[in-house]
Amino acid sequence: MVWSDFLQFYCLKISKNNEIISNLDFHVLVIGIVGLRHGFQPMNTTMLQHEKSESFDGNKLRKVIAASSVGTLIEWYDFYIFGSLSVIIATKFFPSDNPTAAFLSTLATFAAGFVVRPFGALFFGRLGDLLGRKYTFLVTLLIMGFSTFAIGLIPSYSSIGFLAPILVLTLRLLQGLALGGEYGGAATYVAEHAEPNKRGLRTAWIQTTASLGLFISLLVILATKKSMSLEAFNDWGWRIPFLISIVMVGISYFIRKNMDESPLFAQAKQEGKIVANPLKESFGKKLNFKFVLLALFGATMGQGVVWYTGQFYALSFLQKVANIEFEQSNYIIAISLAAGTGFFIFFGWLSDKIGRKGIMLAGMLIAICTYRPIYQAMYELADVNLKTEKANSRQVQTDYHMIDGTVTLSKVTRTIYSYTDGTQLLEEKTEKVSHLPSIQREKAVLKKTVHVGQHAFWMLILLVFIQVLYVTMVYGPIAAFLVEMFPTAIRYTSMSLPYHIGNGIFGGLLPAVATYLAAKANTANEVAAAAGQSLPYAKPYLEGLWYPIIIGGVCFVIGLLYINGKDREIND
Amino acid sequence: MNNIRRIAGAIWILLGIAAAYFLIVEQAIPLFAKGDMESLVPAIIYTFILSPIITGGMCVFGLYALQNEYEL
Repeated sequence: MVWSDFLQFYCLKISKNNEIISNLDFHVLVIGIVGLRHGFQPMNTTMLQHEKSESFDGNKLRKVIAASSVGTLIEWYDFYIFGSLSVIIATKFFPSDNPTAAFLSTLATFAAGFVVRPFGALFFGRLGDLLGRKYTFLVTLLIMGFSTFAIGLIPSYSSIGFLAPILVLTLRLLQGLALGGEYGGAATYVAEHAEPNKRGLRTAWIQTTASLGLFISLLVILATKKSMSLEAFNDWGWRIPFLISIVMVGISYFIRKNMDESPLFAQAKQEGKIVANPLKESFGKKLNFKFVLLALFGATMGQGVVWYTGQFYALSFLQKVANIEFEQSNYIIAISLAAGTGFFIFFGWLSDKIGRKGIMLAGMLIAICTYRPIYQAMYELADVNLKTEKANSRQVQTDYHMIDGTVTLSKVTRTIYSYTDGTQLLEEKTEKVSHLPSIQREKAVLKKTVHVGQHAFWMLILLVFIQVLYVTMVYGPIAAFLVEMFPTAIRYTSMSLPYHIGNGIFGGLLPAVATYLAAKANTANEVAAAAGQSLPYAKPYLEGLWYPIIIGGVCFVIGLLYINGKDREIND
Repeated sequence: MNNIRRIAGAIWILLGIAAAYFLIVEQAIPLFAKGDMESLVPAIIYTFILSPIITGGMCVFGLYALQNEYEL
């Protein structure tokens, strides 16, 4: 073969496909030319074609990543808008004065994350290992899209009574089920298409979707809120984020529908390597089950708490502990997420170069060592006791409202304090005023809302961004890590369960346990103060962090001791 | 190093038992004691779903470690 034959082959190939030469073709061409110049014999046409079919088509891979990531992103978006709008949903569907509705609300909150998500992982994981990845994650997408859209259509409790909360609960459980099945399918599908040396980079796109889903849900909610009055949003506008989901799901469905089955699964099926009972194979055999446990306790458990702390606890801390107003706290999280999301890709790529274990464990270790100083700094940035109030700037306004059906007035006193750094504190004191002595004795309700100045605002973004960086370190490489732990025949089932237990259960417990720890510290301080003793907790607002610190610490030690960071072969 | 991995198995079993104590005694029982429907849901989930998964999983993991299943 001579130069002309070699180039002719490529020219024919380019003209046949009638498209611009791909990066891969170009690299092979350059390597071929360089090789010829150095006297090597080029491959013959058959060999090159074989090489091409064995290699990884860049365009196809991009489509695979896009189809998988967009669908997963939409599923996260759908899952988060329910959480972000939970206060409005509660008022519309779960009135707190009705105990049964309140019970259904608690069930929706707890069951969707703790019970249904892991169950969805088992149910769809099994289907994915039996029928294929593509059809399974098409089904999860449709279930999620339908449930989200339908929530936006349900009439309120005042219109249809108990049917409303029951329908919302059912649809929320369906959302949890779909989410449980989606992630494992998307990660497995991308990993089984990816080049072996770029699996971390390719699957990192799937890892961006959870943060981007939260980011987009916050943007859509903020944009919808901005576009109408608060009354209109509370009345019907909250339905818009749910309803527009159907458009995104429709687009994603058609993209996914036209994709091929994963090559490794197709090959396993062709060779008759599909197992009849993936659940039994994954969890009934010690050989596989020990790795499921290792994936859970050595990786996803710590990753789950780092992820929940960086994205959800940070928001909750800003709003409930630092008292920062709803809109500003959401902007802080949204900007930090937008700035940090690229690092999922970076750490995914880096994990292909230096290994997954080191990056994930380093992220966990740095996170657990720095959480307390970071949250202390966040608290101080919003603490008005550390700021200087502007002279003669205090504004006081008092309103009286008659409480329906009573002879009682509600007195609301709003005081705005302004500080030299641009921070404003709105103190709203609500008390009942009546000639009846029993009502006069009731304690006034005090609500504080802080709007921090520019410097504090950007410093808070930096502090949350640092936490998002930790999230990207532990979360960026984890899809590739999990995929590489299990064989093709049981991969979907085996990786989905530890992922959803780690995130849904260990991560999902964070708000409840952190609140419990902080409340316990506050109670102990109150008891000590009442007894005239010194306070046992100097910083009770930081006590909730012990949960991610302890869980992350245990996971770090298990990961360090037991995980073998070298084995990266998935083609069994 | 394999000896450390094996011996640490006992710690994971103890941690599993500690998790059960925390979930049932510290979390679930006070919620059961409240008696209202709203507290009942998390109490049931702590006792019958989370405790078996976390404690059972941790104890089996510890047992496998003691049996040298994670030897590298």
